Amino acid sequence: MESHSILKESQIMKIHYVTGIAAIFVVAVHILMRLIVPFELSLEYDYIISNYKNIFYVLILESILVLVSVHGFNGIRIILLELRQNKAWENMTTIVTISAMIALIAYGTRTIILVNGL
Amino acid sequence: MVLNNTERINEDKIVLKVYRENRGQKSRTYYDRFEVPYKRWTTVLDALLYVKSYIDPSVAIRYSCRMASCGSCGMKINGIPRLACYTKISELDKSTIECEPLSNFPIIRDLVTDFSLFFNHHKDIQPYVQSNESVETDTEKKTFSFYQSPEDVDRYLQFSYCIKCGLCYSACPTVGTDLRFPGPQALAQLYRYFADTRDESKNRLDIVDDRHGIWRCHFAGSCSKVCPKGVDPALGIQLLRSYMLGISKDNKKLAKKIEINGDKEINNN
Repeated sequence: MESHSILKESQIMKIHYVTGIAAIFVVAVHILMRLIVPFELSLEYDYIISNYKNIFYVLILESILVLVSVHGFNGIRIILLELRQNKAWENMTTIVTISAMIALIAYGTRTIILVNGL
Repeated sequence: MVLNNTERINEDKIVLKVYRENRGQKSRTYYDRFEVPYKRWTTVLDALLYVKSYIDPSVAIRYSCRMASCGSCGMKINGIPRLACYTKISELDKSTIECEPLSNFPIIRDLVTDFSLFFNHHKDIQPYVQSNESVETDTEKKTFSFYQSPEDVDRYLQFSYCIKCGLCYSACPTVGTDLRFPGPQALAQLYRYFADTRDESKNRLDIVDDRHGIWRCHFAGSCSKVCPKGVDPALGIQLLRSYMLGISKDNKKLAKKIEINGDKEINNN
């Protein structure tokens, strides 16, 4: 069985498991923070912007973005790998999922930075 | 043999529905139905051999030991991979028994399947003890003993019971979609040799640390469910994965490896 990736599959899976578990905790904090606020207030524009000005909340959002993106896109890569088994397909799935992961993290981080006014 | 009255009263019949196909002749696939008498102890293999002897000798089946030791007679019986010699008709409790070839194996003819890929996956994991030690052999007998304590043997014994019947490979959902996945049998055997204290191979785990290797197992557990020998391949796979993730330590050497050197005992960890 040949493998020419930068990371071994076991290293990738370690990242997958760690990001999955970490995401659970961070998303739980995010949900709890939403639950302590009335629903109508949570949808108001000024309230949402004020959340982005809170550095702790910004860190939580960024963590969710990175953890869920890495875990999710690696999961999609694994599912796609099982569909077909040839070099071209495998290379394509790796490139597409990593590109999508980077793009989503970049766009989300840009949003957070712009709204925060950094 | 003349049946007495009790045996005549107890002789029931079931319908054996057998999958028929001849890939070599590119024939159509269909099911043949055979009415077969059975007793309390009649196995599915007995019923199939009755069909071959008295009804249709062209039914192709593979069998050998008739005692769940060789693994030749694996097939799907009522949808579940089983050994035909180890499955009693009475325990199935159905009036129709459906016999089909094992899934995930190419069909050669009727109930006979091609095990080439299965055996290749097994060979890929280097299923033999590898020792890096240079040893001094007894000059007269030219032998060397690898000492192993009962605790050392217990670490891999259940995985050594594998008879390569292919039932786990047939039941595995990942094998169904990914032909490069080695399958539960190969992975369990890899653990068997990894856990063996006599084995000193350094790259055994690298063989399956791959995009289509051990990490594609989704822990469905079907392999352990169908294994006729209690090997529990799912356990072997999880033990290997926990070691590769660094969750469990190299515990195959926790039991002390004792070397005898003359009159002295040297304990090695």
